[in-house]
Parts: sequence; C-alpha cells; structure tokens
Amino acid sequence: MGDKADVWQGTLALMILKTIETMGPLHGYGIARRIEQTSGNLISLNYGTLYPALLKLEQEGSIESEWGLSENNRKAKFYGLTRVGRKQLSQEAQDWQQTTAILARFLAPSEDPA
Amino acid sequence: MKNLRTWLWRLFGVLPSAKRERELADEIESHVQMQTEDNQRAGMSALEARREAILKLGGVEATKQVYREQNSLPFLETFLQDFRFALRQHRRNPGFTITAILMLALGSGACVAIFGFVDAALLKPLPYRNPDRLVNVTESVAMIPRADLSYPDYLDWKRLNTVFSSMDVFTGGGFALHTPRGTELVGGSRVSDGFFKTLGVTPMLGRDFYPGEDSLSAAPAVLLNYATWQKRFGGRPDIIGQTVSLDETPYTIIGVLPGSFHFAPRGGAEFWAALRAPHSPCEKRRGCHNLDGIGRLKDGVSVETARAEMTAIAKQLEIQYPDSNRGQGASVLPLSEVIVGDIRPILLVLLAGAGLLLLIACLNVASLLLVRCESRKREMAVRGALGASRGRLVLQFVTEGLLLVMGGAVIGLGLAYGGMQLLLSLIPAEMLMYMPYLREIGLNAHGVGFGLAIALFSACLFSVTPTLRLTGAEMREGLSEGGRTAAGTLWRRFGANLVVVELAIAVVLLAGAGLLAKSFYRLLHVDVGFEPDHLATLQVSAPDSRYGKDEQAIALGRKLIANISALPGVQSAALASVLPVSFNGNTTWIRFLDRPFNGEHNEVNERDVSSEYFTTIKAKLLSGRYFTDAEDGSKPGVVVINQALARQYFSGQDPVGRKIAHIDDAPNTRREIIGVIEDIKEGPLDSKIWPAVYYPFNQSAGPDFSVIVRTSQDEGSVLTSLVNAIHQIDPDIGTLDEMTMVEKINQSQTAYLHRSSAWLVGGFAILALLLGAVGLYGVIAYSVSQRTREIGVRMALGAQRGSVYRMILTEAGRLAAGGIVIGLGCSIAAAGLMQKLLFGVSSWDVPTLMGVAAVLAGSALLASYVPAHRAASVNPMEALRAE
Repeated sequence: MGDKADVWQGTLALMILKTIETMGPLHGYGIARRIEQTSGNLISLNYGTLYPALLKLEQEGSIESEWGLSENNRKAKFYGLTRVGRKQLSQEAQDWQQTTAILARFLAPSEDPA
Repeated sequence: MKNLRTWLWRLFGVLPSAKRERELADEIESHVQMQTEDNQRAGMSALEARREAILKLGGVEATKQVYREQNSLPFLETFLQDFRFALRQHRRNPGFTITAILMLALGSGACVAIFGFVDAALLKPLPYRNPDRLVNVTESVAMIPRADLSYPDYLDWKRLNTVFSSMDVFTGGGFALHTPRGTELVGGSRVSDGFFKTLGVTPMLGRDFYPGEDSLSAAPAVLLNYATWQKRFGGRPDIIGQTVSLDETPYTIIGVLPGSFHFAPRGGAEFWAALRAPHSPCEKRRGCHNLDGIGRLKDGVSVETARAEMTAIAKQLEIQYPDSNRGQGASVLPLSEVIVGDIRPILLVLLAGAGLLLLIACLNVASLLLVRCESRKREMAVRGALGASRGRLVLQFVTEGLLLVMGGAVIGLGLAYGGMQLLLSLIPAEMLMYMPYLREIGLNAHGVGFGLAIALFSACLFSVTPTLRLTGAEMREGLSEGGRTAAGTLWRRFGANLVVVELAIAVVLLAGAGLLAKSFYRLLHVDVGFEPDHLATLQVSAPDSRYGKDEQAIALGRKLIANISALPGVQSAALASVLPVSFNGNTTWIRFLDRPFNGEHNEVNERDVSSEYFTTIKAKLLSGRYFTDAEDGSKPGVVVINQALARQYFSGQDPVGRKIAHIDDAPNTRREIIGVIEDIKEGPLDSKIWPAVYYPFNQSAGPDFSVIVRTSQDEGSVLTSLVNAIHQIDPDIGTLDEMTMVEKINQSQTAYLHRSSAWLVGGFAILALLLGAVGLYGVIAYSVSQRTREIGVRMALGAQRGSVYRMILTEAGRLAAGGIVIGLGCSIAAAGLMQKLLFGVSSWDVPTLMGVAAVLAGSALLASYVPAHRAASVNPMEALRAE
C-alpha cells in the first residue's frame, strides 16, 4: 500500500461522510454504490476497502452503526452520521475545497503574473 | 482525543470475540447477497452474479482480514501469539526453564542486592544541604595525613580563610549521662555553634545553637538525636527547655535533630553539646589536637583551591608558632570521601563480583538457548518454508528470551530484597553505627530500575544469540539436512567459546575470593605482640569531680585492680589509657636529652599503663625491666619504649638508661628509659607499628581509662562481674564496651570489612564455579549427544572405550584449559585493581592462583566425566540404528 493508499483513504472517508449526510443512515453496499454513481462511475471502488474505512470512522466517532433491515428486507448494518462526523465533514469539505481551489489556480493557464 | 478513542477501541479488539466475528461475517454476507441480487437483476446467472460480487469485494477472507487488522493491534496480537507459544515451549521444557530462570534470578538478585548498598553508600547524597560543597578540614602531619585540629589553630583558620562560607568543628568522645538509675556512658560530640548551619540541618523541634552559644560563658546547651529523643525521652515535645546532666554538668535541651539526620564520623553520638571551649587545658594549647573540622566551600571554590589556601595558612602559623606548629600542614577533603572513602573500594569489588556472576549466568542461559536453537532448527526451517518471515522467527526467540528474563527479574528482585535484609542484619550494630547511611537500605526505585536495566541487557543478549542462527542459508540447510547432523558450525565456533568465557570469569572470581580469604587469614594471624586470648576488656569513665586529681585517679586505679584481681577466675588486671589494637594516635612529642634538639616533632604513641599491664597481656620484654606500682609521681620518671622507637631513634645502641622528655623539656616530663618491649599492635590489624612510649599510669593518671583482665576461665563470663565490681566501688563510674580482646579484634572494622568481602566474594565465586561447571557439563553433554552416531561408528570400527573417554575429556580439557589460562591472566589484572583490599598478599600470589587452577580443573573434570562416561557406554549397534 503506502502513501497513495493514505491519500485515497482520506478522500474515501470524505466521500463516505458526504454520502451518509446526503442519503441518511445507509448500509455498506449502499454507500459503495452511491459513491460510484455520484462519481459518474469514474471511480471503480474496491468494495473490500470500504469496510475498514467505515470501521476507522466508527472508531474515531464520526459515524455510528446499527443493525437494521434493508429495502429488500435483508438484515444489514446501517451507518449514520454523528455530531462529530458532521463537524468533521464540514471541516474537511472546506479544507478540500480550499486545496482544490488553490491547485486550480496553479493549473489554470497562466495570465500575466506581473 | 480521536486517536485515543481509536487506540482504546483497537486495544479491546485484541481480545477475541465470537460476536464480533459473527457480525463481521453477517455484514459481509449481506453485502455480497445485496450485490448478487443486483447483479442477477442485471441479467447474470445466480452463480456468476455471486462470483462477480465477491470479485468486486476483493475476496471475502481478504476483506475480513483487512477489517480485523483495523479492528485490533496486529503487532500486539502477534506478540501475544508468540507469547502463548513461548509459554507452551517453556512448559514443555520445565527443566530448561527452571534452570535458566533460577540462574538469571541468582545473578540479577546478587547484582541488585549489592547495588542497594552501593546506592545507599555511594550514590545517595548525604542528608545535608548541597552535600557536595562540604569538606572535612583538619591538620595534617607526616605520620597522620588527617590529624586533629587544635582549638587555637581552628580559631585562626576560621578567621584567616577566604574559601569557606563557614567552618566549624566537632569533637570525638562521649559523655557520662547521669540518670536516677545510675551513670551511663553515651556517645556524643561537642560542636561549635555553626556546626548544623554549616551542614544545612535544621532541628525538627526546638532551635539550633545561637551564635556564641559555644563559648564557655554561655549556658550549656545540647541538641538530641531523633532516636535518642524517642528512646530516652519517649518522644515528648515538652523536653525542650529541660535539663540533662552530662559529665556532671547540667545542659539545657534546646532542640531535637530530624530523624533523617546522620553524621557518620560521629555515628554513635546521641547528644550534640555546645563546644564551650576551652573546655580543658588541652583546648588552651596550640599543640594539643582534639578537634575535627568541616567547612562549606564558597561558590566557585574548588577543593583544591581550599586545600592550597589552608596549607598556606598552616604554613604561616608554622612560622608564627614554631614550637607547636612545626610540620602541621592542612588536609581538605570532600566530606563524602571521608565518610564513604573506606568502603567504596570494597563495594565496587563486590559489585564487580556480582556483575561477573550475572554475566556467567547470562552466558550460561545464552548457551542453553543456543543448544535449544540447534535442536529447533527443523522447526524453524519448516516455519520459514511455510512463509514465516525472518523477522517473525526472530521475534519468536525474542519473546521466549523475554519470558525467561521476566521470570528471572521478578524472582531476582525478591532474592535481592531478601539478600539486602540478610546482609544488613549480618552487620554488627556497632559497625552499622558508623555507617548510618546504610540504615534505610531497601528495594527502592533505584534498585528496581537497576534490576530492570539488567533485565533489558539480558533480554537483548538472549534475543541476539539465537538470531545469529537464523540466516537464510542456515535455514535451508536445516531442511535439507533432515536434522541428522553433527553440532552446527555456529555452535562449534561460538557456543563452545561461551563456556571458555564462563570458566575464565569463574577463575577470576575464585582467585579474587582466594586472595581476599588469604588476606583475611593473614590479617587475623598478624603478630599483635601480646597474647589476646583470655583477655577481657572494658572502658571506664570516672567523674572528674571525685577522680580528676592525680592522687584520686591513682587511688581509684589501685582499688580497681585490687578488687578485680580478687574476682574468681581473674589472674591479673591492669589499666591502660588506650587498649591495644584500637588506633594509632593519642600521640606525644618527645625529645632525647642526650643529643641536640632542633625543635623537631618526634611523634610517638603515648600509652599510660599500670605496672601489671605488660605481664597481664603477656608482652615480650626485650631488654631492661617493667616499672612497678611504687613508681609514682614521687619517684623519678620512667618509661618503657617499643622496639620501633628503639630502632628509629637508637639504631644499634641500647636505649635502656637513656633519657627522654616532652618536647618542652619541663623537668617533670623527663624520664629514663627502663625497658624495651617487642612491638605491640596499637592500631588496627592492618596498620603500621608506630614508635610508642609507655608511661606508668601512676605518673600520668587520669579518670578515663580501660581495664584489661587476664582470666583463667572463659574470659567472656567475667565481663558482668567486672562491671559489678567497678560499680561496687562507685556507682557513678561509667563503663562501656565490655568485650573480650578476641571479640575486639575479630569485630574490629578492619577485620569485619576483610571478612565480609572475603565471604561475599567467596560466595559469588562458589556460585560462579557451580554455574561454570554446569555450563561445561551442558556443552560436553550436548556435544556427546550430537556425536552419538559418530562415536558409534568409531566403536564399531574398533575404537576402545578408553579412547572414547580420552576424546571427550580432551574436548572438555581444551575448553577448561582455555578458561583457566585466560582467567588467570585476567585474575592478576583484576587483583591489581583491588590491591587496596589485600593485606599481606600480592596480587599474583602463586599458591592461590595454582589452587584456583586446580579447583577449576577438578570441577571441569567432574563436570565432563558424566557425559564422557555416557559416550563411552554407547552401544554401537543402537547408536548406528538411532536417527
């Protein structure tokens, strides 16, 4: 794995939090599908990496889990956002937007630097 | 916060939980099923849909594994796994485990116990403010490097010096304590008013001395030791302001010193009285030295600077007062040096001994581990082949070593605690009095820390040893050999050499113990110049008011001798100002009347003894005669001198009939030499003989003296009747230190220190020999077990049992010889380092070294005989059939 995975994990966590915020409590499979759809299927998620990421978020107290029934009446674990998670999400979203904005300026075709 | 939460979560995750496993399985299963259904809806067959779902997940087991790792602490889990495996390994081999743990416990226990003493004596700061700024300040003469100060000199030193922020003095001696129950002699000291301020000690109750309270005109004041306050005054706080009668003078108790206070140079002191100088005629004279000094160095002043300045001041006084101060230099030493300087080399030798013992124990365990490692070669090879990384295998050994070390450390700390208490209880109370810093010895944080450091060191050693084995090549070899091989190359190269080191260390310890034991023997058999058996002794202090005058003291002396001589079992009794085998000192300066005198200080021991003294102790007269009881102040002055004086000042001529006098040549000090005796050991057993003069007690009497009695029966049994006889004459006469001369010699500090170091190092040496022999046995036994097939082949081909014996014993002999040779070399070097502790033995004492070599060779033979016998009894048929 290495550094690349860390970066990926970081963004994965943000995607998960955002997905749950938008959709409300959701099970792992639902989150995975939703992320793929939202990304316009640009991301091909290895679903296996989702569960450790969910566990990590739960350990950090950003999300909490509860067993419930899926739309097909199947027993599944639902993940919901906590107060901490909400705060984390807004913070990280802001950070991320700032980072992309800065990068965007760098990558924009250069005008006159003067 | 977030991190802590995660860590706690994961820490709990280390504990196995079936529920968590089930939930994980359920969650993954529901995920797979949901996707399978979606896939089916998208048109896949049931089988394909499920396969696709699992592929997309990245595998069910793999996902679960990543999840589990996130859910707990993998390294901890691995460790616990190794730990459980190590426990199983150790349980399967209880013999090995118990031996290893015991050896480690023994080694670390000895080390920590001795370290406890080192810590208490050498590392722990003395209980004063900034103790490293305190120095001992005294005069110094050629014969006595640290001599006492005279009161007038002290006043000048205090006034003239610029190096001390304060300088104070204390006396030796004690007091006669008068209580309603009678008179008791107690330890005490008179100190100048700033003594406790200089030390930086404040009374816990009451107050310190006022400035000027040490003058003769001030009201007598005294401070109590904490223990004295508790013991004699029941710890009552209202004791302050009450009076106590010391030496017939009422002293007001002004304070109590804290319980933590101790002052080793006056270890036995219970009462700290104000100096009140000049207290005696002695303190008026510049030439009479009875004080010991301490000073606190000013900031930035070094001991050397202080010494230089005090030497210069002493020089100045020497010019100013040539009569009294000729040759009187100055000594300035760190106070801690004076207090623990004597016992430092002994403690360091003991610590080194314990350290060597620990090293042997560690080497022994390391070689046992190596042997085990050899026999587990296949296990390692198989585990390696199944994919265990080298790191993982190493970790397994580290864990196993750690387990041994932990067991050893825990038991070792227990042993250390017991050992410290035992050693402390073996120190006689009088000895402990002068080593008060040992009082609070125990297993403190320092000791435990030291024990842990030892454990860490041995853990590292045991982790490194087996890992040397685990090179990749060796691991493959392990499989291909199929475990049927002679001893591994590494073992032959490395393991066997460990035992040489062990034996060499055992030799060093044995040689050290041998030299110390021989020193002790020599010390106890040193010629003291009299016959110490059947002598009972005690000290007497009679009140000045009734016995202070010469004729009173003489009358008391005569009456004492008459009454004591009449006791049953007493052959004769005598008086002496100082008993033999106590100390060199109480000196006088003499001049010889038949030769020119240039003011030089001929310093000699002065002893005032009664006429029966020499016959009572059975001294040997070389020429002339002893004095008689009738020779008192009314008769011409006479003196008996020792051989050392005769040799030094009358080389070749007969001194009998020649005349000497005190340095001032006062007419009443002129004496004729009437006899020469063989040197009597006045100082400690290991001290040099000084020139000595023996004056008749009746011409130089005083109220404080010792009584010495020769008995026909057991001398210990008359001690009580001696005290009673003295108290019958006058119950106010104090007595002290009732003991037999043999006890006095055997319990003297010199004898005690020599004895204890000899016993302790001896104990270490025996343990070391035992461990070394066990180590050798282990090595040879292992070698034999590895070579069983080879031996079987040899025997099948016609080798005789004798030659098998020879083969094995030669192998053992080579190792033992290596150990002995290296060990003897190291012994000589080591003994050179502890030269200070040796008495009458050189560091390369051939008989001792030969003896040690013989003992070790004998033990080595014994240790290797058993495996050699087993080798020789090999049945060739069985050996060849055996795998």
